[in-house]
Amino acid sequence: MANIEAVVEGLEPVQSELIQALHQTQAEFGWIPPEAVARIAKHLRVSESDVYGVLTFYKAFSLEPRGKHVVTVCSGTACHVRGAPRIVEEFERELKVSAGQTTPDREFTLETVNCVGACALGPIVIADGEYHGQAKTADIPKIVEGCRCRAQGRPDDKDR
Amino acid sequence: MDSQGLDKLRAEIAGSRSKDMPCITVCGGTGCHAYGCLKVAQAFRDEVRKRGLEDKVSVRQTGCHGFCERGPIVVLQPKGIFYQRLQLADVCEVVDKTVLGDELIERLLYSDEATGKKIAAEHDVPFYKKQKRLILGGNGFIDPTDLADYLALDGYKALQKVLSGMSPEAVIAEVSASGLRGRGGAGFPTGRKWEICRSIACGLKYVVCNADEGDPGAYMDRSLLEGNPHSVLEGMIIGAYAIGARSGFVYVRNEYPLAVENVTKAVEACRKQGLLGKGILGSKLDFDVKIFKGAGAFVSGEETSLMASIEGRRASPRQKPPFPAQSGLWGKTTNINNVETWANVPWIVRNGAPAYAAIGTGDSKGTKIFALVGKINNTGLVEVPMGMKLREIIYDIGGGLKGGKKFKAVQTGGPSGGCIPAEMLDLPIDYASLAQAGSMMGSGGMIVMDEETCMVDVAKYFLHFTQEESCGKCVPCRIGTRQMAEILTRITRGEGSEGDIEKLSAIAKTVKAGSLCGLGQTAPNPVLTTLRYFRHEYDAHLKEGRCPALVCKAFVTFGIDQVKCIGCGLCLKACPVKAVTGQLKKPHAIEQAACIKCGACFEVCPPKVRAVTKETGKTVPERVQP
Repeated sequence: MANIEAVVEGLEPVQSELIQALHQTQAEFGWIPPEAVARIAKHLRVSESDVYGVLTFYKAFSLEPRGKHVVTVCSGTACHVRGAPRIVEEFERELKVSAGQTTPDREFTLETVNCVGACALGPIVIADGEYHGQAKTADIPKIVEGCRCRAQGRPDDKDR
Repeated sequence: MDSQGLDKLRAEIAGSRSKDMPCITVCGGTGCHAYGCLKVAQAFRDEVRKRGLEDKVSVRQTGCHGFCERGPIVVLQPKGIFYQRLQLADVCEVVDKTVLGDELIERLLYSDEATGKKIAAEHDVPFYKKQKRLILGGNGFIDPTDLADYLALDGYKALQKVLSGMSPEAVIAEVSASGLRGRGGAGFPTGRKWEICRSIACGLKYVVCNADEGDPGAYMDRSLLEGNPHSVLEGMIIGAYAIGARSGFVYVRNEYPLAVENVTKAVEACRKQGLLGKGILGSKLDFDVKIFKGAGAFVSGEETSLMASIEGRRASPRQKPPFPAQSGLWGKTTNINNVETWANVPWIVRNGAPAYAAIGTGDSKGTKIFALVGKINNTGLVEVPMGMKLREIIYDIGGGLKGGKKFKAVQTGGPSGGCIPAEMLDLPIDYASLAQAGSMMGSGGMIVMDEETCMVDVAKYFLHFTQEESCGKCVPCRIGTRQMAEILTRITRGEGSEGDIEKLSAIAKTVKAGSLCGLGQTAPNPVLTTLRYFRHEYDAHLKEGRCPALVCKAFVTFGIDQVKCIGCGLCLKACPVKAVTGQLKKPHAIEQAACIKCGACFEVCPPKVRAVTKETGKTVPERVQP
């Protein structure tokens, strides 16, 4: 685990660095591996259970690797009243996972987020960092296909 | 650099910029980002370079202009010409005709909904006309990554004024006299808070900027931090001077990467110019700021949770007192204010308390930024004087409801707030009036709802939200929100029973009384206000088996009008469960047993045909699979 050494090296050995440490670990690995928990705990001089306690509290950290593609559906109030629940359901059907889960082949992670602050475009879907505004249920297969296309270097039709 | 040095720098910036030089400003707010504004700005830069106009025309990616509905937004200064929904293909023509020439491009101008007249200047667009953009105004002119832009707009002049002879007490007196109250939701008088912090003898004091903007549907703090981070930092430095703090934190929500980036850059620029660090502007003031990235927990917006989070712990709130002023970060005196509150401070110092106090109502002074979203025509950020009537905000600025639908309610204050019905459209928007209506100011989200929004569903939405976000420390909040969410879910599924409403009210009371922090204390508000103003909708679900807004699936049936259907096959293709049957060019039908009521058929049916129907109360509600 060479990378985790790089993460802890830059941190002062105090508890107030814990969330920072977890952010960096999450960014480095895409999740928080158990080895990292032990290493962080040792470096910051806190117990491993403290680290687990904190990392399971916050949504930004995951104890499981996430999918290659991340699809985020905004569930803010503005998106909700404009039909976001239908969009989430359609993605759940299309990807055969529930919101918050990753497909068994680790291709897709489906997430909901409380508000991305782009309410004018609601309901909004962010697929691999690309925004799809005013999404309709009929658009969903295209969005999923678009992620796959880009991963394989194929051009996809939605480029604006 | 000392204060005179800063004056000199400001003069140099002014000297290098001709007032008449054309400047193409491209909105870089989140909404416009989603519309592809980065590509538009780059295209303008390329076009200017291609023509060798770099010395004659400047291109600036600014912060959020607020009118998110019309993105990508481009404003051509100095004339202030407002182009909306500008696409890549328009760039060349805009440079040719409007930047180099004097010609307006009609199709890019805003057209007035009522009269159909084209409007050229930004300040004449009805959306902007009734606003008073004291705090948000700078966003449209400033490249947030360039300190020079902020300085050119009198930036850091308030700090200079403070450091050139105002005593900390005088600064606090000024802020108190302005009547500024906390913009994060609770509305505590800012000057009073500072005074308490000042009065406590503590060697080490902290100031914190709360940028953990968690209310869904509110994004003004994000826009300020992204678009004008120096105004927030200037406020914090002034606050630190007044209180006697040497160290500060900006706690930013993890979901706002651009805000983190811009405020980090702003802090670095300040350090470089001696606006942060030791001996700020040659004075005796030492102060520095650290950026702290949150990690996705709504409750960390509560001040005691926020401090726990900075200390590296779970963001659980604790009992108050002691208040943060008495025992804050690491037990030291801490002053926490919201982003918008900090951003108000430089304006107050520059223009004086009387000018600020002249705006607003008796107990709510100044302006407030609202995120006007939902079923409204002009979605965006609006800044208005306190006390403006809801009707003016929704109809004059917001342009009324989408598709000419009927107004049902406006939800303010996020999950802590409530729904205000149509009868109260003339309510003046200030702290007291909103509280009296059972809602609250909150951070300023304003979600407009029309006849197609089910109020029981809205209450369910918020309770699910608070249940999910409850930290679990207090039993009434942890279990109470869960119970309320479950009862509401039952009602929306057609499984409600007699006594549900009484149970809801009773639990609501307990959760309100028995929770430690604001999250629990206000969590029942969405239920209580919808019960107060929209009881008939609950009754329709419970007693009549109807969802009047046609939202709750259990009460909705989709069908196809056999006369109207032209058999185009769109719905057949769209149906994910093959419940639609029929042959091309012959009327289709929906097999009710297979229908999952996703509404895909209803969405795709061409507006001219409208053969797919959506009805409620027709059949006895069946159990729908969760």
